[in-house]
Amino acid sequence: MRTEIRICGFGGQGIILAGIILGKAASLFDGNEAVQTQSYGPEARGGASKCEVVIDNKLIEYPKVQSLDVLVAMSNEALIKYIVDLKDNGTLIVDPGTTDVEDVRDFIEEHNIEVYEAPATKTAMEDIGLKIVANIVMVGVITKITKIISKEAVIKAVEDSVPKGTEKKNIQALEAGFDLVE
Amino acid sequence: MAEEFFIQGNEACAKGAIAAGCRFFAGYPITPSTEIAETLAKDLPKVGGSFVQMEDEIASMGAIIGASWGGTKAMTATSGPGLSLMQENIGYAFMTETPLVIVDVQRGSPSTAQPTMGAQGDMMQARWGSHGDYEPIALSPSSVEEFFYFTIKAFNLAEEYRVPVFLMTDETMGHMREKMHIDESKINIVPRKRPELTDDYLPYKYVEDGTTPMPAFGDGFNIHVTGLTHDERGYPDTNDPDAHDRLVQRLCNKVLNNRDKISSVFSQFCDDADTIIISYGSPTRAVIEAVLKIRKEGKKVGYIKIDTPWPFPEKQILELTEGAKHVIVVEMNLGQMYYEVDRLLKLQTRVHFMGKIGGLLPTPDEIISGIKRAEGE
Repeated sequence: MRTEIRICGFGGQGIILAGIILGKAASLFDGNEAVQTQSYGPEARGGASKCEVVIDNKLIEYPKVQSLDVLVAMSNEALIKYIVDLKDNGTLIVDPGTTDVEDVRDFIEEHNIEVYEAPATKTAMEDIGLKIVANIVMVGVITKITKIISKEAVIKAVEDSVPKGTEKKNIQALEAGFDLVE
Repeated sequence: MAEEFFIQGNEACAKGAIAAGCRFFAGYPITPSTEIAETLAKDLPKVGGSFVQMEDEIASMGAIIGASWGGTKAMTATSGPGLSLMQENIGYAFMTETPLVIVDVQRGSPSTAQPTMGAQGDMMQARWGSHGDYEPIALSPSSVEEFFYFTIKAFNLAEEYRVPVFLMTDETMGHMREKMHIDESKINIVPRKRPELTDDYLPYKYVEDGTTPMPAFGDGFNIHVTGLTHDERGYPDTNDPDAHDRLVQRLCNKVLNNRDKISSVFSQFCDDADTIIISYGSPTRAVIEAVLKIRKEGKKVGYIKIDTPWPFPEKQILELTEGAKHVIVVEMNLGQMYYEVDRLLKLQTRVHFMGKIGGLLPTPDEIISGIKRAEGE
């Protein structure tokens, strides 16, 4: 079944790496198909950043979002901009430290959106001591909530994608993400 | 041996270049092509190759022309603004029959327009960008895996016909990541035809298939390489109308006479189709999804994916569209390959245009609406 995920926030938050990890986990380590696309501004940091991952158990033709199943917002600007693409009964995952779901409450109620608040940035800073691993915490959260990819695959994908020597901290961040939601 | 990767189109292109035997890259980085240069800067030295970041695009073309004449397979990568700057030396490469590969990861245009957005606005620039009569070869991949294999094919065609070959892709394909399955047994490399050193050796001798074997600097041949009209010895002969006619006709015909061998398309559901969609490169991904969807509604729609926009696959398109009432050309510009299709088919079929600019892929739903609109006309 086709599942469409969009992760969005600011450039520099590791939004695109989070998408790559999900895509790699699904395609290389779970044996499914995945396509990851991205859009970003010309700035290196601070501009809006958006990453889309489509996962399916069969070959994926159209690589972009058509009917968004899961929106992960790591900035309030991105939350407000992209919530409108989320389908009815879709899943919204936000970092309450960087977003305010009250700003999109009307949409959530009107479209029966399932909302998860996962303080990824706070967890990254307090539990791991590194703000920059908030994206990996979020990958853990997405894995746990959506169940589209297996934990084993995502662990392998993180190890395969992060800079050498940082694997331990990143796996800690991932596991903190697993534990952040029920 | 088979291997699987989850990588970007641009990275697949760089891997394809190395697999094809490319050992020299010169370029000037430009979004959205930069990852090709970045990957080759890391990987070329590991296989004994060289990477040079040049001062600009025209110098980059000059450097790869020189490398190719030095006996090395060479490539550059750019986007529209860079391709504009390369045009003078691209013409020189055609006239001097220099095999090389130019990758254009197209972005919003004209001018510098949209660095991080996709487009297909340079298709005619690949065809006619430099002045004069010449016949380019261009390939357009529509998956990451195809980007790898088409890069190898581009090098092979460049060597086989001694021409610059374009890889015309776009931001979507360059930056998209997906699973790439590489089977080394499927990789076939065409080596450069080298001449024999004889007393009566002529570097531009007329040969039956049009492609003269190419010596390298340092091999011991006495040759002159020039953009001026030249005779079989390579000497300038600029006032003889016949010499010019013979040379330029040969340069064009070595590609045109092999058009059906060089050009290729992939098609599905065309046999019974009332409507056929034609596309190339990344929009093909939306077209296939749209066709699969609309066929479930019982509509007889097929598609043709053009793998080689140049030389334009006339024979294949004529044959495949024979029974169709409508042909729709989908591309990310305001009409380029559409005019080629219309020229070819207008006497037998209605040809419709569906273009989109702005940087985003057309969606399957937009294409389905386009099909219904065309059929209703």
